[in-house]
Amino acid sequence: MTKTTIPVEEFAYPGSTGCPGCGANLVMRYMLKALGERTIVTIPACCWAVMPGYWPSNCLKVPLLYCAFEATGAAISGLRAALDVKGVEDVTVVGFAGDGGTVDIGLQALSGAAERRTDAIYVMYDNEAYMNTGIQRSGSTPWGAWTTTTPVGTSHGFKHESKKDIMAIMQAHKIPYAATVSPAFPEDFVKKIEKAKRTKGFKFIHALSPCPPGWKTNPSLSVEIARLAVDARVFPLYEIDEGKVHITRKGKGLPIVDYLKVQGRFQHLTEPEISSMQKIVDDNWIMLLLKESSGT
Amino acid sequence: MRMVMTGNYASAYGAKLARAEVIAAYPITPQTSIVEKLAEFVSSGELKAKFIPVESEHSAMAACIAAQTAGARTYTATSSQGLTLMHEVLMWASGARLPIVMTNVSRAMAPPWNVWADHMDTVAQRDTGWLQFFCRSNQEVLDTIIMAYKICETSGVMLPAMIVEDAFILSHTSEPVDVPEQALVDSFLPAYSPELKIEVGKPMGFGSLVKPDQYMEFRYKAMLGMKEARERILRVEQEFKHIFGREHGGLLDLYKCADADVIMAAAGSVAATAMDVVDAMRAKGMRVGLARIRAFRPFPHEEFRSLAGKTEGIAVLDRSFTFGAAGAMFTEVKSSIYSCQKRPVVKNYIAGLGGRDITPKILEKIFEDMLVVSKRGAEDEVEWVDVAGLPRRWR
Amino acid sequence: MTKSHEEITLTPISDTPSTMNITGLWRVVKPVVDKEKCKKCTICWKFCPDAAITLVDGEPIVDLRYCKGCGICAFECPSKCIIMVKEGEQ
Repeated sequence: MTKTTIPVEEFAYPGSTGCPGCGANLVMRYMLKALGERTIVTIPACCWAVMPGYWPSNCLKVPLLYCAFEATGAAISGLRAALDVKGVEDVTVVGFAGDGGTVDIGLQALSGAAERRTDAIYVMYDNEAYMNTGIQRSGSTPWGAWTTTTPVGTSHGFKHESKKDIMAIMQAHKIPYAATVSPAFPEDFVKKIEKAKRTKGFKFIHALSPCPPGWKTNPSLSVEIARLAVDARVFPLYEIDEGKVHITRKGKGLPIVDYLKVQGRFQHLTEPEISSMQKIVDDNWIMLLLKESSGT
Repeated sequence: MRMVMTGNYASAYGAKLARAEVIAAYPITPQTSIVEKLAEFVSSGELKAKFIPVESEHSAMAACIAAQTAGARTYTATSSQGLTLMHEVLMWASGARLPIVMTNVSRAMAPPWNVWADHMDTVAQRDTGWLQFFCRSNQEVLDTIIMAYKICETSGVMLPAMIVEDAFILSHTSEPVDVPEQALVDSFLPAYSPELKIEVGKPMGFGSLVKPDQYMEFRYKAMLGMKEARERILRVEQEFKHIFGREHGGLLDLYKCADADVIMAAAGSVAATAMDVVDAMRAKGMRVGLARIRAFRPFPHEEFRSLAGKTEGIAVLDRSFTFGAAGAMFTEVKSSIYSCQKRPVVKNYIAGLGGRDITPKILEKIFEDMLVVSKRGAEDEVEWVDVAGLPRRWR
Repeated sequence: MTKSHEEITLTPISDTPSTMNITGLWRVVKPVVDKEKCKKCTICWKFCPDAAITLVDGEPIVDLRYCKGCGICAFECPSKCIIMVKEGEQ
């Protein structure tokens, strides 16, 4: 038997209709490896609503409930309530939504489920725009990115608003566990999901999900870009365990330009613009270190 | 047991007697006392259910959808703005073929802000694939909730149902209500056990993406479900009558229509007033009757068709208005009888919007107007009743 | 193939593995593994988004019915034993 660093068993079939090099496929695959068979997943409108394929095709080896775009938080609450009333206790309920479905249209239901301490895991796979509808900006699109609704070359240019800090929003809900995960670090990913599974109450996972068509990248680089995001500290890997911040991977501290230059969506940025992005990343990193050292 | 209670408590008792297992609800005037009562039932242990205090009506319905898919019997209640916020997920519930039961305390839509009786909210949801029952008494509210679960949970139906009580007129008015014994209700309504539900060990995807080559077949099946509901409503009511000794009139509740020269068609609490008016006018020698639209979906087309040849005129009272057209009930009644050999004159009266009183006097005047119109035809097919500034005086 | 309304469930319920979708047909380049150079590190298996690589005694077997040719395996392979070649070429 070959020794692997993450669980061998697959809970996702091949044949998903995700794009070649899709990060969201890896996010689902790792998540289910960590959770196993006794899991129910609910998915709102997002790339993953179509990735299982046209009826009667299904990628997942666990039950799957499709729900309305803004309804993930409510759907996991309903599933959990039904399981509770039927006396089913050992099932993990998962809401699996994109960034738009989480930080924008789904924020209200997410907040409600978190406030109610619904015993479930909410996973946001973050491809940083509305990718299923064809690359429109979301509240999770980073400053500086091109999207079809933040076109470059017009008076306004690229996206001039910063990415919503969903982890801080979730931390403010005083949930027992929140973590960021990256498909480039599957061992860390699986460990955090396992921890979320063990923790009672509402858990939030923020997964970076590289998107070759939306980020205008070579599909073969999806894992590498996810790695660069961590190493350039654009997407630090950390967890908030009972309110305490713990950075799980410091990264190499590469300049942000290393992360930006491989992505078509950032090609228009000038040197001063890249410098200002670097400053935001540096400031955020210092804030995160402070949070970790101060135990908040 | 006979108790004096409001329409809202009748709703709560109905849901409790039906043993709703998951209740997800958000407060809105004038629905609040339904969910307050249910929250009490759950916290006292009188009702073994999970109560989810959601953060919006959209989430209330979305949570019910998920819970019902997992095999739990669910209930919620809402009103007006809350119901219309649910619109998207109302369609989801019927498309997913989930027999969720909900009370809608029918109330006007804003603006102007108004919390009183009006059917616009309910009528605006007529295309969502829900069964819709308008009630005229608190007893009917309680009984219809219990019946609705039985009707909807039939494998041939599997559609959700909305029980409509008029804001304040029923929701906050106390009436004597017979609350049946739990054991009797249990013998009438078995536990919910759907053929397919989401459960661990069965990796199935519920509600997947369907291409144009297959979509219509699923919609066709929903149509068959609603067709089956028509039969089922009648059958279940007979079973109900057998056990509880009461009935409420099936899809179209007829009162003194057999020999009526003109008939009023109306839905909701106004029907109770109209019954008194019918009695009073008959005492004066006028042959009038009332056809109470109890089921708005499925609509009693057949029942109206069989009335068509027996009466000279139908006055359709709408407590809402479809702008650019007419009252929704009027349009339905008219289309029902179009293919009949002998067609009565049909006229639409728009009345009681935003909780404006529809007094016996107004109803009497509508009947009188209809008696004239039925002989010579209507000049205006649609008339707004009791609007200040219009020539005709109604009070 | 459209199924009769009588043959389908009330609402669409997907119960057929997505292996029914032969997504390998999308591919323009395919991975070729040099078994001599392979160190059985399992990294290609780990990073395949489509779970199209299975391990047989630690050695990667690419299921070309489902491999979309993204090239992550080739890029990530530390011993550079996977190369991407154009479909139809050796």
